[in-house]
Amino acid sequence: MSSLSATIQDVFNEPGCGKNANKSEAERKKGCTKQLQPGGAAGGCAFDGAKIALQPLTDVAHLVHGPIACEGNSWDNRGAKSSGSNIWRTGFTTDMNETDVVFGGEKRLFKAVREIIERYDPPAIFVYQTCVPAMIGDDIDAVCKAAREKFGKPVIPVNAPGFVGSKNLGNKLAGEALLEHVIGTEEPEYTTPYDINIIGEYNLSGELWQVKPLFDELGIRILACISGDGKYKEVASSHRAKAAMMVCSKAMINVARKMEERYAIPFFEGSFYGIEDTSDSLREIGKLLVARGAPAELLDRIEIVIAREEAKAWAAIAKYKPRFNGKRVLLITGGVKSWSVVAALQEAGLDLVGTSVKKSTKEDKERIKELMGQDAHMIDDMTPREMYKMLKEAKADIMLSGGRSQFIALKAMMPWLDINQERHNAYMGYVGMVTLVAEIDKALYNPVWEQVRRPAPWEKAGENWRARAMRQMEAEAAALAVDPVAAEAARREKKICHCKSVDLGTIEDAIRAHTLTDVDGVREHTHASGGCGACSQRIEEIFADIAAVPLAVAAE
Amino acid sequence: MAKVTLGKKACSVNPLKMSQPIGGALAFMGLRGAMPLLHGSQGCTSFGLVLFVRHFKEAIPLQTTAMSEVATVLGGYENVEQAILNIHKRAKPEIIGICSTGVTETKGDDVEGFIKLVRENHPEVKDLPIVYVSTPDFKDAFQDGWEKTVARIVDVLVEAPKTQTRRDPARVNVLPGCHMTPGDIDELRTIIEDFGLEPAFLPDLGGSLDGHIPDEFTPTTIGGIGVEDVAAMGYASWTIAIGAQMRRAAEAMQRKTGMPFRVFERLCGLAPNDEFMAFLSEISGRPVPLKYRRQRGQLVDAMLDGHFHIGGRKLAIGAEPDLLYDVGSLLHEMGAHIDAAVTTTQSPVLERLPAEDVLIGDLEDLEKLAGDKGCDLLVTHSHGRQAATRLNIPFYRVGIPMFDRLGAGHQTTVGYRGTRTLIFSVSNLIIEDHENNHEPTPETWRDGGHAANSVIAH
Ligand code: SF4
Repeated sequence: MSSLSATIQDVFNEPGCGKNANKSEAERKKGCTKQLQPGGAAGGCAFDGAKIALQPLTDVAHLVHGPIACEGNSWDNRGAKSSGSNIWRTGFTTDMNETDVVFGGEKRLFKAVREIIERYDPPAIFVYQTCVPAMIGDDIDAVCKAAREKFGKPVIPVNAPGFVGSKNLGNKLAGEALLEHVIGTEEPEYTTPYDINIIGEYNLSGELWQVKPLFDELGIRILACISGDGKYKEVASSHRAKAAMMVCSKAMINVARKMEERYAIPFFEGSFYGIEDTSDSLREIGKLLVARGAPAELLDRIEIVIAREEAKAWAAIAKYKPRFNGKRVLLITGGVKSWSVVAALQEAGLDLVGTSVKKSTKEDKERIKELMGQDAHMIDDMTPREMYKMLKEAKADIMLSGGRSQFIALKAMMPWLDINQERHNAYMGYVGMVTLVAEIDKALYNPVWEQVRRPAPWEKAGENWRARAMRQMEAEAAALAVDPVAAEAARREKKICHCKSVDLGTIEDAIRAHTLTDVDGVREHTHASGGCGACSQRIEEIFADIAAVPLAVAAE
Repeated sequence: MAKVTLGKKACSVNPLKMSQPIGGALAFMGLRGAMPLLHGSQGCTSFGLVLFVRHFKEAIPLQTTAMSEVATVLGGYENVEQAILNIHKRAKPEIIGICSTGVTETKGDDVEGFIKLVRENHPEVKDLPIVYVSTPDFKDAFQDGWEKTVARIVDVLVEAPKTQTRRDPARVNVLPGCHMTPGDIDELRTIIEDFGLEPAFLPDLGGSLDGHIPDEFTPTTIGGIGVEDVAAMGYASWTIAIGAQMRRAAEAMQRKTGMPFRVFERLCGLAPNDEFMAFLSEISGRPVPLKYRRQRGQLVDAMLDGHFHIGGRKLAIGAEPDLLYDVGSLLHEMGAHIDAAVTTTQSPVLERLPAEDVLIGDLEDLEKLAGDKGCDLLVTHSHGRQAATRLNIPFYRVGIPMFDRLGAGHQTTVGYRGTRTLIFSVSNLIIEDHENNHEPTPETWRDGGHAANSVIAH
């Protein structure tokens, strides 16, 4: 496991990571091993993250080494799309049994590789390590090496057992596996001055194909998409690209940066969500390609395409304006940069009553403020109850979020639209935004809402669960309003650091008691921000709040 | 009848099987105010959660002790402690159900010991019901996890009756296997109540995952059987177990309370329901209600109508043992031949399946068998969709997970009515397939093509 921990350290040190840039040296060393709270929420594990990142490689066999839980419970549950091979959709697992756990699972793993080669003969096999074999010391690197030599075929170890960390760490470890064993091992048949890589895009719902026609029209070739609709050979020869685009999720930043370092492939971080973002990304790709020797006329051609596509998209969206007049949207997303969607929604005439900023960076927040005004409602982390209250009080007409919160909206009889991973519609590029707006229209004007909100004939007014829940919350709020002590206690109870479970009160007290001035100081005294580091921003906001009300502090 | 063989492959391809702990967790979800907790790494829980959300289309309560690499090596006391305290504080559950996973079983955590210690150290959870089940991922399957968990709940929560005379002849306990959907539970409840009996279901997924609108915001289960109702089960007069997997729990109930039990290995089909009705009539002392006499007639009629379509079909079926036995037997009774049968784990019912062989294997095995034997109907869970496309034969979904169609929780196969529904659905599927793919054309007759063959086959 020592090489694995070295890799993890390396990944944590990623200088390209925006979050890292905000951390001190010592903090960075600690890395983002976000310790989840037992009995708190549960996100995916590192293995999950690694699989998400690599499974969209469509012609590869993905073999999961572990007991049935890791693959049996989860296979075939992602909506990436393939234009060719479908072997990526096949679930392969060693399904370790008790004997393997006692005597070691390496033999079974080797045999499994052989079986796959004999029956499916894929261009490569990716072997995923999981917790149980990692604990009993199965050396998948050695097995893969032996298999590689024996069968003369790439057998790639992906060392990301679930318990080393979060999904995001798994994404990065997957990237490391590609860097170490795949990228640069083959040569493309030919190259052009217009070859690019797209990194960190998984082609969910076939989204990439919404943008690809524009590339085709411009003569830009996607040498490799890592990993959406990707083929093994493409990734193996992706080191010959002239430039790369890192799609906004930071999942594989290490791949982009190390490819720049090793093969001098410049990259930028961009997004195809939102009209302006799409245009910016196209421009950026053009600039990088021209800087690497493509003819400058490419830039002009790109501008022509952008002008045409933007005009078409805005015209299509404008049609919805009269229908969206006065309609309000609550936007709750985890990963996707909220602001890139905000612009399009506003253009369509929708009012945004709030947007989540759970995973947004400082700059993201600034952009949201720019777009939505200073009083933009930014939501950090909410309980279902709070979310429901938000829906009600802000009188939003529709909620856009990931699947996890869908039941809050639906059971509250509110229109809801999935904008996260499991969605069935593709929202990328110019056409994607138009689709999104059309979907919102469909959801808003569905007559079902009128039907389902109608009370049963025997129901007394105000006696359904929603009314009760609202009353309950109002009562609690009212009780707090008349009881400043309880209100203060409730305010202080708010969790700031979720990893180390530190609340607002503790941090405020520490700041005052030790006259702290920065996040490092807070960490030293409270352990807050000692985990994933996401709360360092919230802590800075506390500093700002305390500075803003010096009188109140003095009065206490 | 059937010979049971165990697959010999090192690599399981397209797993049919799911893990034990999530089977156990689902059983806990049939208790009111419950929070199932998997003692393991976060991923194990998150995969289970996603699976159930996609199947039931409901918010699902499921928690993790979030074992990190270090915690796993050192042992999980602190994580179990923190998880219990956190859940107690935030979710205020009426019961916490803990299932172990491969990760913590490999280390060998003494969870019972942990729980004792937590209770000693924290008076606030001294009396909180906590049930622990050992369910390593590297052994057995989903159905076994459910089986062990229900037996364990009976052991821990059911109270031995203080006096035998207080037994209530109207009350019966029902222990449904994991192949019963919330819709099945609802149907069973109605049937039993129609005999004037009061059934208590353990677990009662009918109350918790049936897709109703909740009463309030609660992170725990919102329906199901309450802990105190489980405790009082000892005062009923009979235990009815449904599925061979529930024998273990029924025996536990008998050991603890002296209650007689009867196992109904299947409740889909004419004969099993006749037996069931006769039994209910006997223990309730009431004649079979008119409603069910009519339903029986309707089922017989449906069987007559359906046998034209199902008869002679070459069936490939993959499911957990009890479900396999239940649905497989019914389709066999309708004239289908079970030519390919694959299951996930050992069970005594497998030998009784009206087929030559049953293989403990995966969907690759099922697909291969189906192809080799020329099967023309595939029955399994949603993961079989890729095989069905490749085989190009009609595909009927049963079991968990069913993520690509709506209404999984309401699919009903028990009772005369449920059986009738199943026969109609499968028959219609076959009719549609015939219309789309096998209508005779001059060519098919000329060269004895597949359309002609499919009619003549068997
Ligand atoms: S946490 Fe470990 S054992 Fe659990 S699913 Fe992830 S890799 Fe498998």
